[in-house]
Amino acid sequence: MIVVRNIHKSFAGKTVLQNASLQVNEGEILAIIGRSGSGKSVLMKHMVGLLKPDSGQVLVDGLDINTVSYRELQKVRQNFGVLFQGGALFDSMNSFENVAFPLRTFGKLSEIEIQERVLKCLEMVELPDVGTKLPSELSGGMQKRVALARAISMNPRYIMYDEPTSGLDPETSNTIDALINNLADRLNVTSVVVTHDMHSVLSIADRAAFIHNGTIWWVGTIDELHTCTDPVLIGFVKANEYQIGPQHAAAR
Amino acid sequence: MVGQLADRIFDPLRSLGRFTLLIGRAFRSLSEFRLFRKNIFEQMVRIGIESIPIVALAALFSGAVTTVQTAYQLVSPLIPRSIIGAVVVPSVILELAAVITGFLLAGRVGARIAAELGTMRVTEQIDALEAMGLNSVGYLIVPRVVAGVAMFPVLYVAACFVAIGGGIAIGHATGAVPAGEFISGAREYFKPFDPIFGLIKSLVFGFVITSISCYKGYYTRGGAEGVGRSTTEAAVTSCVYILLADLVLAATLLNL
Repeated sequence: MIVVRNIHKSFAGKTVLQNASLQVNEGEILAIIGRSGSGKSVLMKHMVGLLKPDSGQVLVDGLDINTVSYRELQKVRQNFGVLFQGGALFDSMNSFENVAFPLRTFGKLSEIEIQERVLKCLEMVELPDVGTKLPSELSGGMQKRVALARAISMNPRYIMYDEPTSGLDPETSNTIDALINNLADRLNVTSVVVTHDMHSVLSIADRAAFIHNGTIWWVGTIDELHTCTDPVLIGFVKANEYQIGPQHAAAR
Repeated sequence: MVGQLADRIFDPLRSLGRFTLLIGRAFRSLSEFRLFRKNIFEQMVRIGIESIPIVALAALFSGAVTTVQTAYQLVSPLIPRSIIGAVVVPSVILELAAVITGFLLAGRVGARIAAELGTMRVTEQIDALEAMGLNSVGYLIVPRVVAGVAMFPVLYVAACFVAIGGGIAIGHATGAVPAGEFISGAREYFKPFDPIFGLIKSLVFGFVITSISCYKGYYTRGGAEGVGRSTTEAAVTSCVYILLADLVLAATLLNL
């Protein structure tokens, strides 16, 4: 379980998060939604310890990751798989080597076991034949799927997705959404999806947290989202050309 | 106005603090040597072996030009021609080989390091390493600095031999000084401390170039423009600190 407690973060005097508190429950898919620049990715990066809050706590399985030593933080991070917005594949390595990288660095597997594991991960993201291709030879959607294969290669307990469908066509976005759902079911992982794509939120998330003006403005289940009357949240959802309401919840 | 002035005063101090912390973290990462051992050899090839042709070319010409100019300045029936070797060889060993190699590597290696790390930073590849639980400083910076410090003396020694060889060849070919006289002059005035001083310099320059370039690249901000800025800053700052280190080393070690 991840607990974010009253964190405050500012960059060069500009406040991005203030008194942000959130809980990510075991096994759920939580979507963090909000306008561009609202601090969604900043909040996600705090959960992995890539950013340190100016004040407040981030507890991962009860451990405050901002007070532990760097060595302990490294161990905590090994429970995470992170899919970055642009994929963040290592461009000097081919797809196979990218997925194998954490296994070769940390794992105690033999080279044959690593090959089997990499192929299995690439199959999970439905790209079994791209092992020899460099990231520059893959489309944006394929890069994200290979990055996802890398993120799951070490059997993480938590997977963080930073804008997994941004910049992708609707069909590829649906494929990525299906993968997120599928991986959550098959691997029984806890997922945090940072997105402003309401289509993704409504189709994959168990709960959603809406960030507005640097605070967690609203948190609830997707069914609660459909019955929500908060004008700010409704404004955001409608800007996405989505309709929420009990009748749409029933149709879901 | 006051804020801008304060920034101008404190920015260099802030940079120095961040640089020191980064290098401190790199030293602490040496305990994870197992994880980046392979990278060190890769970087030794990239920084050292692949730089040999350009270093040799620059050394050859600088040795030759120094010989020609020294011969031009010392043409006199009262001065033995062997003095040309006595002037050129210490110049090469004490100053030319190390500084020319330093400047070349600041451009070739420094810019490359900053561009590589800068691109990794802006494309979140460094964040990806950290998110996996890998020490990005240990994985990216330590191999480059260790390889730079290890390979720079090798390049310096190669540059010395090539520059002196170039000097002998041009002196002999132009008739300014026969090879035998050049060598005898060099041997007569040779001081064993000179190459030791040059090696110390090359170690320091190797550290200066790689550590500054790693720092500039690692803390790159912004997109392609940021990478360009870091690359330029890495090369220019390295050159400035090479000159500074050169002066400090000469003032401290040659006044013994």
